[in-house]
Amino acid sequence: MASHRDLPAGLVNQLFHNTGSSSFTEFVSSYAPELLPRRDEVLATPIGDQVPHATTIVAATFAGGVIMAGDRRATSGNVISQRDVQKVFRTDDYSCMGIAGTASTGIEFARLFRVELEHYEKLEGRTMSVAGKANRLATMIRGNLAMAMQGLVVVPLFAAYDPDKDEGRIFSYDVAGGPYERDRFDAIGSGSIFARGSLKKLYRDGSSADDMAMTLIQALYDAADDDSATGGPDVTRKIWPIVGVIDADGFRRLTDEQVSGYVDQMLEARLISPDGPIAPLR
Amino acid sequence: MPFGYASPEQIMRDKADYARKGIARGRSVVVLQYVDGILFVAPNPSRALHKISEIYDRIGFAAVGRYNEFEELRLGGIRYADINGYTYDRSDVTGRGLANLYASNLGRIFTESIKSLEVEVVVAEVGETKDGDAIYRLTFDGSVFDEHGFAAMGGQAEAVAGRLKERYRESMSLADALEVALTALTEPGGERPPVAQLEVAVLDRNREHRKFLRLTGARLERLLAQTTQPPSPGASSSSSSSSSSEASGAGGTEPGTSSGPSDDTPPPTGPDGPVDDGSSPL
Repeated sequence: MASHRDLPAGLVNQLFHNTGSSSFTEFVSSYAPELLPRRDEVLATPIGDQVPHATTIVAATFAGGVIMAGDRRATSGNVISQRDVQKVFRTDDYSCMGIAGTASTGIEFARLFRVELEHYEKLEGRTMSVAGKANRLATMIRGNLAMAMQGLVVVPLFAAYDPDKDEGRIFSYDVAGGPYERDRFDAIGSGSIFARGSLKKLYRDGSSADDMAMTLIQALYDAADDDSATGGPDVTRKIWPIVGVIDADGFRRLTDEQVSGYVDQMLEARLISPDGPIAPLR
Repeated sequence: MPFGYASPEQIMRDKADYARKGIARGRSVVVLQYVDGILFVAPNPSRALHKISEIYDRIGFAAVGRYNEFEELRLGGIRYADINGYTYDRSDVTGRGLANLYASNLGRIFTESIKSLEVEVVVAEVGETKDGDAIYRLTFDGSVFDEHGFAAMGGQAEAVAGRLKERYRESMSLADALEVALTALTEPGGERPPVAQLEVAVLDRNREHRKFLRLTGARLERLLAQTTQPPSPGASSSSSSSSSSEASGAGGTEPGTSSGPSDDTPPPTGPDGPVDDGSSPL
């Protein structure tokens, strides 16, 4: 088996004679398997508590697209290990993923998944279908099951714009794979139960992207309010949640100015009503 | 047991002649710098079989010759780029590395195989500024030419390169560059290929993430509408210093006798290939 370090020699046998699928992961697993996320090594002891964990990600659809937001806190046990970690990643022009659980594994997945999608697109000359993207991600999660059992659990949330339906779609996963397509909204991570409760009350069908961004910021705040592992907006350090919007024009990350605008508006209202907007009873 | 003896020189000459003839049968492809990056133009009646392709974030690929052979190079290049970008960082994938990889494979096949590849390839990389742009032209025997500003290859490459050299100016707008490319691809007094038979793409340094963009449909038509000027000698409104040579060139004098810039030996052409009627996508 050729190592990736001696590319030219390896190319003779492999790069130019691989006529299999258009999957980058499958190609790498035969070409340089050590580059892939570990699959079947078993650790002596679970080390899940010692590595940074990422927490809450929320996503919701709006009219003509989908929007995803993540807080910025990473924790190792009860220690805050990073205040400005990135958990929402653009994976191609029309999709993004958020990660909760072991941060390192999640970042590796996001990196690999992006290459996987682009590799297919370049080789095939067409973009992978949304269901195809969701299934590829499921396969990657399934491959990580052994590590998940050792405490290195990572669970993604995947959002994509579907050009055939002109709408956003959301997929969630468990440690054994998935994908489970979600209607309207979903949240993952330790703060997700609180975020999902908040979203359930605040979600409105057919909202604008602008309104839905505000809804997600509210939900993240509610998650941070009740979950110690989820970080709220850091006003003093000016660290804002990452918000990604995907519609027919593609993926765009909202600027810090835009997000801080939403946050300021929300915080002002929370000074008067700390629990946030009240949904109508009837 | 081969009959008789052929000297190594004779074998190499035969292989080179064979490859040149194969390449000369196809139509030309033109690659040139414009103000925001690099433009690729290929007359190509096929909508699905591309001569121009994305390899990586900043790297594009254009080829002439046998489709199956350059398609294999294209796929190998994408595998090389994706695996290196994933192993190291996306910024560590360079056009020079890819050109070297192609050169070594082309050279090896040329010397070791009975039949050399009938292809000619351009690897172009767009930089942060125009000084960072690079255009590498590779021939069937593994030679690499570091082109400055523009490159032409395929059938009639010498004549096309001559017309290109007369009209090319630094920092042209996209519309001007396309105009120059189309003029170069059209024989003096000849008819330009219709929009439906043009394959046009750019590496635009101002784009985010992936710089490669295929120009098709309405976008290409709008662009062409800006360009189409009557190809009369006085039409070039450019007040460039080379206007005199430009006017005489457009009048129909035989270009191609002037030598190329610095190391730019003219691409190989064969005199006796069948006439290209445009029906072949090669």
